[in-house]
Amino acid sequence: MTLDVARIRKDFPILERQMRGGQPLVYLDSANTSQKPRQVLDALADFYERHNANIHRATHQLGEEATAAYEGARASVAGFIGAAGPAEVVFTKNISEAINLVAYAMGNASAAGQSGRFTLGPGDEIVISEMEHHSNIVPWQLLCQRTGAALRWFGVTPEGRLDTSGIDGLITERTKLVALAHQSNVLGTINPIRELADRAHAAGALLLVDAAQSVPHMPVDVAALGADFLGFTGHKMCGPTGIGVLWGRRELLEEMPPFLGGGEMIETVWMERSTFAPPPHKFEAGTMPIAEAAALAAAIGYLGEVGLPALREYEHGLITHALEALRGIGGLRILGPAEPVDRGAAISFTVEGVHPHDMSQVLDEHGIAVRAGHHCAWPLHRAMGVQASTRASFYLYNTHEEVDALAEGIREAQRFFAVGGG
Amino acid sequence: MRLESLYQEIILDHYRRPHHAGLREPFDAEVRHVNPVCGDEVTLRVTLKDSDAGNGRGGGAGASTVVADVSYDALGCSISQASASVLSDLVIGRPVSEGMQIGDEFLALMQSQGEGEPDDDVLGDAVAFAGVSKYPARIKCALLAWMAWKDATAQAMGEHEPA
Repeated sequence: MTLDVARIRKDFPILERQMRGGQPLVYLDSANTSQKPRQVLDALADFYERHNANIHRATHQLGEEATAAYEGARASVAGFIGAAGPAEVVFTKNISEAINLVAYAMGNASAAGQSGRFTLGPGDEIVISEMEHHSNIVPWQLLCQRTGAALRWFGVTPEGRLDTSGIDGLITERTKLVALAHQSNVLGTINPIRELADRAHAAGALLLVDAAQSVPHMPVDVAALGADFLGFTGHKMCGPTGIGVLWGRRELLEEMPPFLGGGEMIETVWMERSTFAPPPHKFEAGTMPIAEAAALAAAIGYLGEVGLPALREYEHGLITHALEALRGIGGLRILGPAEPVDRGAAISFTVEGVHPHDMSQVLDEHGIAVRAGHHCAWPLHRAMGVQASTRASFYLYNTHEEVDALAEGIREAQRFFAVGGG
Repeated sequence: MRLESLYQEIILDHYRRPHHAGLREPFDAEVRHVNPVCGDEVTLRVTLKDSDAGNGRGGGAGASTVVADVSYDALGCSISQASASVLSDLVIGRPVSEGMQIGDEFLALMQSQGEGEPDDDVLGDAVAFAGVSKYPARIKCALLAWMAWKDATAQAMGEHEPA
C-alpha cells in the first residue's frame, strides 16, 4: 500500500496558496493543527446548507437528518478507534475538555463523598509524566488541589524517552489514575502504553491516554492499548476545530458522575435535584458542535480511504529523511529520539545562536510554517535543559522536497544571524 | 527583503553585544517577567537616586528621581534581548518621568501596525523596532523588558517615597 502524495495534495485547497513574496506554502505545523481536505470542508458546508437543525429534540425531517448525522459521526469514531460501541464515545470541544471532563467528574465524585474508583483524597495519587502537554498536567494539578491527592510523575531520559526506571515506587496501591501521552507533541516519542496500562491495572489504577498526537497518524485500538479513557481532538486529524472526543469504557462512563450540567444530559429534572441520561449523553450538556461532528466523520472517512498504515509508513519515511537532514546541520540539537524508532513525525530542535522565535521568523520568510516556543510543554523543555525549541511536524500532505526546504531554511537562518561569525 | 526590515542592523548589534547586561547590586526593586507564549523571560533590577536638584526638564511625579542603573538577565529571542539592551541605554541616567514617557512612546510605536513615525530624538536606537509592529506575534517580545522596567520602577518608586 503506498500513498500518492501528489493526489492527496490536490485535496487540500490551502496548499495552493501563495505566501508572502509569491512563495508556495510549506506547512510543517500539523501537530499544532492540520489542514483540511475538500471532503471535510464540503461536509461542513453540506450540513449547514441541507441538514441544519438541532438534534434529539426537533421532531421534523431536518431534525431527524441532523440527529442521524451526529449519531452517525459517533458510530464512525467508535469504529475508528475500536470502541465496544458508540455509547463509549463522548463528544467534547477538544481534548483539553475531554481530560477536564474526567478530572472534574472525579472531583465531583470526591466532593459527594462517594466511595469508589473515582474518589480522591489525601493519600491518593495521580501519576503523569514530564513529557505531557499542559492539558494533561494542569487539570490534574487542579484536581489534586481540590481533593488533597498528590501528583507524581515519570521523568524523561536525556534521549527523550519516558524514564520508567522508578516505576515500582511510582505506580503503587495509592495510585488512582495514570494519565499519559501516547505520543509526545514535542519529542515525537511514542510511549509503551500497553505495558503501562498493565502496570496501572495491576495496582488497581485507571489509565487515561492523551492520544491527540497519535490518533491522527496511526491505527489506534483502545482495547489493544488497554486504556480506560482516551482523548483526542478533531482539528489535528483533518477535521474541524471545536470537536474532540473522550472515549471511556462503558462501565466507567456509567459510574462516573457528570461534569457539565444543562440541557440534553438529563433524564428528569425537579427543582431540588435531577437524574441523568445514560452515557454518552450524560456528558454532553447543551447544543453540541453538530456540523463539526459531521465533518469529523468525513475526516475519518478520508483517513480511512488513504489508509492509516500507508500514512504511517509514508510519515516514517519523512521523519527518517528529516532526522538525517537535520543531523547534518552544525550546532543543531534534536530534542527526542535521534533514530526513527517508536517515533512519530514531529521533530523539535534548537540551533546554537538562533532563538526559536528568530528561526521561525526566517523560515516564515520562505513560506515555511513551523512552531516556536515551548509547545505547551514547559516542564518538558525544562527537563531537556532548553528554554524553547522550534518544531517541524509532518502529515500526509508533506513531501520530501519540503524536508529539504526546511533544512535549507535552517541554514539560511544560521547565515542571517551569522552564527559562528560576527 | 522583509527580513531586514524586521531585523535592522541596530537590533542585531544589540542582540550580539547587549549593553548593561547582567544583574548588579545594589538595587531597589527586582522583577521577573515572562512571555507565556514562548517562555522568554527577563529578570530586571532598577536602582533609583534622587537628583541633586530639579533639572528643569519636566515636572510631576518622578521628575526629581533619576534612574541610576538598570541591570538584567534576559533569556529570549533577538528582539527581546535587543529591546532590553536599548531600553537600558535609553533610561539609565534619565529622570524616571522621562523614562516613562519614552516607554509610552515605544508602546505606541509597537501598537502602530507598521504605520508609526517614530521620533528618533525621543526613541534613539528604539526606532529600529518600528518594523516589529507589523508582526503581531513579535510585539510582546519587544515589550517584555519595557513592561518589566515599568513594573520594577513603580515598585522602586514606592520604596523611594520621601519619608
